[in-house]
This record gives sequence, structure tokens and C-alpha cells, in this order.
Amino acid sequence: MAPPIPHRPEIAPDAPSAARKPVDPRSTRQIFTAGLIQAAPLMLVIVPFAMLFGVVGSDAGLSLAQIMGFSTLVLAGASQFTAVQLINDNVPLVLIFISALAVNLRMAMYSASLVPWYGQAGLRDRALMSFLLVDQTYVLGLAFSEANPDTTLRQRLAYFHGTALPICLGWVVFTYVGVAVGNLIPESWPLDFALPITFLAMIAPMLRTSAHRLAALTAVVVALLLVWMPSGLGLLIASGAGMAVGAWVETRAERSHAVRSEAGT
Amino acid sequence: MSDATIWFVIIVLGIGTFLIRFSFLGALGNRPLPPVVLRLLRYTPVAVLPALVAPLVVWPQATGGETDPARLSAAIVTVLVGVVARSMMAAIAAGAITLVGMLQFLG
Repeated sequence: MAPPIPHRPEIAPDAPSAARKPVDPRSTRQIFTAGLIQAAPLMLVIVPFAMLFGVVGSDAGLSLAQIMGFSTLVLAGASQFTAVQLINDNVPLVLIFISALAVNLRMAMYSASLVPWYGQAGLRDRALMSFLLVDQTYVLGLAFSEANPDTTLRQRLAYFHGTALPICLGWVVFTYVGVAVGNLIPESWPLDFALPITFLAMIAPMLRTSAHRLAALTAVVVALLLVWMPSGLGLLIASGAGMAVGAWVETRAERSHAVRSEAGT
Repeated sequence: MSDATIWFVIIVLGIGTFLIRFSFLGALGNRPLPPVVLRLLRYTPVAVLPALVAPLVVWPQATGGETDPARLSAAIVTVLVGVVARSMMAAIAAGAITLVGMLQFLG
């Protein structure tokens, strides 16, 4: 009989099994608030980009309703900018659809990686959560679930929606501000870099094991090598390479651990 | 482009983006995933987001694609502080201070 795989607490736990009793004592309201507070610093990137979208949309001749339609119905920054740019350039519709949706393909990976934590939710909850799934809500929601595996589904959903409130509503509200009053932020501020800094800051605390760090490093190197590829495609390949390396390192670590345990050291 | 065409674009992109987001959450639901898939998926965020920002860090648009010491060091400080302090807030603060400080200093 194979020896049981030793418990390795530094590796992110899989989704809670039915056998494990959730014990997090916090109320859903407390957890919702925690999500809201933890998402608040990310307004640093939401506010300027939302206002910029309002400005860019107005400059492209879109009506207020159309600009707000983009921010509420599409609710995905980079693809909104891509679409407006291409509308402005009078590019054929099919190309607009392909380019703007390619930018969002990474969200299918987000969707898959949330299944272990949120898959038990009802269809309506899963649909709502999908609608609100952006980079920020995704990473915060997943990081919370991994750090608090003893939460109930309701608690995890409360956290996710807590992060979605400032992020998604903020995106819509500040799009409107951008249309109504223009970009309030001085151009000399280096806000182009708010996105890299906030994204790296979200991810860095998750780089707990060498598997996580090597996954990230691989993804970065491949992404830089494939930067010439059409938008979205290089990112997918780089992400896949990073994930494969992470899983491979984890498997190796587990094997050598098991071998050492067997040898009695 | 006519108003109606722009609305058509908005609606198609809205539905398309939703379907991408809903894909696996919607189709898989409660179904258990094979261990090897779970193992791969654990590395989704730490692979996708760094890959997304890497080109923006190394070849920032603000400098016309020229590698910028201020932005590069701000990114490195953000990651280091985030890994050591395990705090997103601390990482954002450290990265922002480094960026502004370096731009002042070099500027």
C-alpha cells in the first residue's frame, strides 16, 4: 500500500471536502466588509482608468449611454479600450469582436480556477459572480478562499461580493465622472503604472512556495518572449507554461518528500 | 459607425465576455475535477497576472516602450515587499513610493 501523502501546509489546500466542517466564526456581513476594505486600495487603478475610459469614449464620439453601456455590460477595462479604439478606426465588426474578446480569454482560466471554491453555488450565484469577475475580484476572492479554507460557501460569496462592490461599481461610477467632468487627474502623474503595481501587489503575497514562484517566473519569461503575438494569445501560452511548471514543481516536491518519509528521515 | 452598430458591438461584447467568464463556472458547477487539473489550476493567478503585466513593466507605454529604471525598480520593490510582508497594502505603498521617488530623483 502506498504511504499516505504527508500533510504539506505550505501548499494551497484543495477545495474543502464535505468532511471538513467550516469553522470560521465571522458573520457574512463581517466578511463582506472585510472584502470591501481589502479591495479599497485597488481603487488606485480603477478610478483613473475608469475616468480615462469616459474621456476616450467621449473623444471617440460615443454617447453617454453608450459609454455607460460599455462599462456596465462589458465591465472589462482592457477590452473596452480595445473596442473603442477599433470603433474609432472603423475596423470591420468581426475584427472588433475577435480583438476585444481575445483580451478577455484569460477570464476563462479564472472561471475554471474558481470552480473548486464556488462550484457548489447555485446557478444564479455562479452567473452573478461571473458577471462581476474581473482581475481584482478574481485574485482577492481566490486568495481569501485559499487563506480561509474553513469558510462556508456563503462566506466566500460574501467576500467576493464585498470586493466587487467598490471595484465594479467604482468602474461604472468613475466612467460617468470621466464623461461628465473629464479626467481629474493631472497628466504628469505616472498612473500608467498603477495597473502593474496593483497587480503585482495582489500576486506577490501569493508567492508562498517555490512552485508558485517558478510558475510566476516562467510565465513572465514566456510572456516577454511572445510579446510579438496578437493580443491575448501570447498571454494564454505564457500562463499555460507557468501553470504547468508550477504543477510540475509541486509534483516533484511531493515525490521527494514522500521518498524521504519512506526512508525514515 | 452608426449608433445602432455601436450598440450592437456593446451587446455582443457584453454577452461574449459574460460567456467567457461563465464558461467553466457555469458548465462544471459542482462536478469534481481530476487532481491533475486541480493542481494546474492552483497556479492560475500567479501565472496569468505576472504574464499580463510583464511587458508593461519592461516596455512601458509611457516611455514609448523604452525600459525605464524608475518603473522597473518600482515593480521589483512591489514584488519583494509583497513576498516578504505578505501584504498587498504594503506592496502597493512601497511600489508607489519607489516610483514617485525614483521619477523625482532621476527626473
